[in-house]
Amino acid sequence: MVNQTIAELRNVTKRFGAVTAAEGLNLAIFQGEFLSFLGPSGCGKTTALRMLAGFEQASEGDVLIDGTVVNGVPPHQRPVNMVFQQYALFPHMNVARNVAYGLNQRRPRLARADIAAKVARALDMVRLSGFTDRRIWEMSGGQQQRVALARAIVNEPKILLLDEPMAALDKKLRHDMQIELKSLQRELGITFVLVTHDQEEALSMSDRVCIMHQGRIAQIGTPEELYDQPQNRYVADFIGRSNFIAARAVGRDGERLVAEGPGGLRFVARAAEKTAGEGTVTLSLRPEEIRVAPDGAAGEGHEMRVTHRIFLGEHVEYHLRSAALDHLIAVVPRSTDIAGGTPGVGVAVRVSWRDGAALALAED
Amino acid sequence: MRLYALAVYLFLYIPIGVIALFSFNAGRHAAQFSGFSLQWYGKTLANPFVVNAVKTSFTVAVTSALLATLFGTLAAVALQGVRGRLRLFYDALVYVAVMVPGIVIGIATLIALVTVFDTLNPLLATLFGPENPIQLGLGKGSLIAAHGLFTMALVIIIVRARLQGMDRSLLEASADLGAPPMRSFVQITLPQIAPAVLAGFLLAFTFSFDDFIIAFFVAGSETTLPIYVFSSIRRGVTPEINVIGTLVLAASLLSLITAQVVMRRRSH
Ligand SMILES: Nc1ncnc2c1ncn2[C@@H]1O[C@H](COP(=O)(O)OP(=O)(O)O)[C@@H](O)[C@H]1O
Ligand SMILES: [Mg+2]
Repeated sequence: MVNQTIAELRNVTKRFGAVTAAEGLNLAIFQGEFLSFLGPSGCGKTTALRMLAGFEQASEGDVLIDGTVVNGVPPHQRPVNMVFQQYALFPHMNVARNVAYGLNQRRPRLARADIAAKVARALDMVRLSGFTDRRIWEMSGGQQQRVALARAIVNEPKILLLDEPMAALDKKLRHDMQIELKSLQRELGITFVLVTHDQEEALSMSDRVCIMHQGRIAQIGTPEELYDQPQNRYVADFIGRSNFIAARAVGRDGERLVAEGPGGLRFVARAAEKTAGEGTVTLSLRPEEIRVAPDGAAGEGHEMRVTHRIFLGEHVEYHLRSAALDHLIAVVPRSTDIAGGTPGVGVAVRVSWRDGAALALAED
Repeated sequence: MRLYALAVYLFLYIPIGVIALFSFNAGRHAAQFSGFSLQWYGKTLANPFVVNAVKTSFTVAVTSALLATLFGTLAAVALQGVRGRLRLFYDALVYVAVMVPGIVIGIATLIALVTVFDTLNPLLATLFGPENPIQLGLGKGSLIAAHGLFTMALVIIIVRARLQGMDRSLLEASADLGAPPMRSFVQITLPQIAPAVLAGFLLAFTFSFDDFIIAFFVAGSETTLPIYVFSSIRRGVTPEINVIGTLVLAASLLSLITAQVVMRRRSH
């Protein structure tokens, strides 16, 4: 796929008085992709989205949409539409009039029949065909959300912006809606930019995720890239779980970095781009990369003791401890569970990991 | 405690009840009930002085309430854009306008109007010559101005409360969907605040229609209904006054209840 840029942030900073909500954002959004801004509350996600919509103007830097700098262009002149967190449906209008609102603002005016047809199609897409005359307060939360979606997509925006659209829905509904949203995006081919603090939501729906941390972009990448090659400890910790081990680089083995951890433990680690070849490094070791074998089994390994054992259905989670490693979490599939039954608390086990399982992170 | 409350209510409402009751009196004494009849209603409504006073009161009340609603609403919307200290200052001004006693407003308005007229009338006279067609003086115009100014504060307070309760994101959504600010105002803000605007109008109308004190100072030679009642009461309480009192009470209650109902209605 050719990555054609539909929008761009260039060195964008946004300050509210003394608060810097976003700082030095550089980001290209590609035509037709599903991009998420992911991060904890207050990290500047909404601010970034609102600068694309035009509700906030960048204090520094440029915002581009479709190749044009749109700094200072008010929201009503931008070819993007937004689904608001609380939907912001117009309570004095019925469903059809809400959906038609954007089309009715066009000048020169669209023909009535065209508007009606477009509204009907949009409502059909969100499976609300029979609801045209309903009042907004007669609709459930999930239905209101779909009206908000229809009201935005009916305008065929260049980018659809969504600010935590699923936050107000209950868990089951949220999951259905995620799937629906994703398939709608594929069907329409419109670029979606979603803001969420829910990593599962971001990872499951997005082509690319932009992880934000205190107003800055921590990393942008596909969900797989973020999981497999986090560029810093923040991302490694935020996406999935990880064990972090302080180690010392002792040499290189081709692409790999050889490091020595506490108690002389040896790691052959993949190295993130910016990692230096020497000095101290932080190693990230995913719990599912760790093999757990009964004590006395054949092969190498580091002997540890089980401090907690948590049954997770498909998996079993072990919390382990040794003189060298204070706390290590391992998640083992049940099918490959340790021969002779799962070791309980207090039992000694042999722990190992393959070369390249650990990732050496840049100090941040 | 209950007895006490009951006593308070009786004390408040018995006189009003008596007026309403005696307006249906068949006899010609205001203080002696001698049978039920609508004859005083007929006589009162046939009295040309009463009819004129009602017309004056109604014209003044409708006009001043319309002006107060228009400018009060615009002021409330404009005040939304003011922040910080200045906002506090304006808010204080509005509340003070409502709390100042009627007599002070009456006197102040009278002095202000008379001063303005005394300055302007000679000017107009030199402008238009001896047959000056525009002679400024107290009358319906000054009544409308005084009532309009005072009730505008009421409208501002009511509409402001509604505006502050309005979801800001509705306006953002409107802008996002391509509506320029003025169209957003007409299509979103106005429908949202319409109940408060209507309630403000009704309250302003009621206030003006009932007002005696301010009117007494600025009415000039005009006679509003409360002024008529005041002047005729000097000749003793007649059944006619009971009738007028009851009618004014009914009109005011109707208007206030409508205002309440409109305000209570949900925001759609
Ligand atoms: N209008 C505003 N005025 C002042 N501070 C704001 C405003 N909007 C956002 N902020 C601040 O900017 C930071 C980022 O906010 P936001 O973008 O809403 O974060 P998120 O959406 O990630 O939770 C927060 O510290 C927030 O308090
Ligand atoms: Mg947010």
